[in-house]
Formats: sequence, structure tokens, C-alpha cells
Amino acid sequence: MDKKILAFLLVALAVAIFLSPFASSNPDGLERVAEDKGFLERGEGKEVITAPIPDYLLPGVENERVATAAAGFVGTLVTFGVMYGVGRLVAGSKAAPQRTDPSVR
Amino acid sequence: MHIPDGFLDAKTWVTTGVLSAGTLAYALRRTRQTLQDRQVPAMGVMAAFIFAAQMVNFPIVGGTSGHLIGAVLAAVTLGPWSASIVMAVILILQSLLFQDGGLTALGANILNMGVIAVFAGYGVYRLLDRYRAFGLFAASWVSVMLAAAACAVELAVAGTIPLAVVLPAMLFWHAFIGVGEGLITAAVVEILSRSGVALSRDTAKA
Repeated sequence: MDKKILAFLLVALAVAIFLSPFASSNPDGLERVAEDKGFLERGEGKEVITAPIPDYLLPGVENERVATAAAGFVGTLVTFGVMYGVGRLVAGSKAAPQRTDPSVR
Repeated sequence: MHIPDGFLDAKTWVTTGVLSAGTLAYALRRTRQTLQDRQVPAMGVMAAFIFAAQMVNFPIVGGTSGHLIGAVLAAVTLGPWSASIVMAVILILQSLLFQDGGLTALGANILNMGVIAVFAGYGVYRLLDRYRAFGLFAASWVSVMLAAAACAVELAVAGTIPLAVVLPAMLFWHAFIGVGEGLITAAVVEILSRSGVALSRDTAKA
């Protein structure tokens, strides 16, 4: 892999591991509006699925900052892997239409 | 501004889902024709970075926080079609793995942050390209404001809250969050272009 790509991936992992545990826990813009305007409770208990790492806290890790860092580490790698896989599928699928229609260049 | 389950109704899930799916299908077609294998790692690493950066909520005024969306960052470095795919992948993983953004609201979240923020932001960026960092800042700020406005419209259409109440409130907070978006985007693009990372504006314009 390109060294610069690898370096950027390491930066992403560093952000996830070292900065995310110190993220502000204040409500974000939408949560704040939902709170102020009284529709926050509409979302309570309405989750359609149960995610394996809810709220960016890796289950089984007691310390909240460590749990967040671990969730960030896992999520960053999974996101890289999934995007890489999807990208390869998309990039790799372009030969097909040329074969089926050789008259188009 | 990841909308959770419970905030929208069925007609809003379906409408936003169809709009997002249609745009993504077209983005995949566009991208398939131009994306080279060597550009794929750049998409992967940009997705990873935006995911990580989205975890870092920064405080704004009044006990509220915000985080990077990353739509303009992705659009400027990868081109808008690839960027919308990158944003969709991030939003799908956040919903499925981290309960950040509801599954029923996935179409709305992709529409707001992966389509509207990407293309509106990219459009402003192209208009103001010559102003470099300021252009990036303005494009990022606009991307956040329009995503927030779209979110407000969806909440109103769903009957959750009247538009006259939710639109000014969303725009008020996101005017501050957009400043953070603009500063981070301009800084990261500057660092990337100085370090000559192969995520340039000229490559992977898919």
C-alpha cells in the first residue's frame, strides 16, 4: 500500500483512539433541538435493531474512555475495510460492459 | 445530526430511502466507469478518517456540541460521486454497528449528509475554488446548513414538529457547528495537499 495512504490511515486511527475519548458529551445540534422542542422522547426505545457496539462503547470494557477508544479503533478499521472492499467491487466491475458491446469505445 | 429511529414516519422513511437509493445507484454507475483500482485505497482511508473524525464532538456555545460531517472533505478529495458512496458507507456502518442514526432514518441521513451536503458543498466549493481556504470553509459551512435544513424539513413532513419551530432552531445551532466543519475541512485539505497525498483534486474525479 502507498506509504501516504498508510500514514493517513494511522492518523485516522490516532484520531479515533486518542481524541474520541475526549469528545464533548454535550448533545449535538439535532439532540439539542429535540430536547428544547420536546420531541427527544420520540426516539427513546424505538431502535429497530440492537447494534453490537451501541453509542461507541465497546461492550465489556469498564472504563468509558478505553471503551470509546476501542470502539473507535474497531470502527475505523472496519470502515476502511468495507470501503476498500466496496471500492474494489465497483472499480473491478467496469470491464464487463466493454466486452458485451465492443463497438463502444 | 444523525436522525434516530422514532423521529420520522413511514412515508418519510420511504421517500428519503427512494431518493437516496436512486442517487447512490446512479453514483455507482458513474463511479464504475472512471474508478481505477489504484484510487480505491484513497476512498478507504478517507472513509476511515471521516468515521474517526465524526466521533470527536467539539463543544460549541450553550452546552451543545457538533462534529465533522466530512461531506465537502470527501467531495473535494475524491469527487462528489465517490464522496456520496463514501458517506453512505460510513452512515450505514454507524447505524448497523454503533446505533448512531436509526435504520428507519438511514435514507434520510444518507440524503442529508451523503447527497445534499456533498453536492451542495461541492457546488459552492467549485464556485469559490479560487479563494482556496475560504472557499473550502464557505462550502463546508453551507453543506452543514443545508443538511440541517433538510433534516428540519423531514422532521416537519413526518409531523414530528412544525417547520416554523424546527427550521430556525436547527439552523441556529448548525451555524456554529458549520464553523467547526469549515475550519477542520480547510485545515485537513491544506495538510493533505502540502503533504502531497494522492488524494488530490485532480485524481479520482469519479
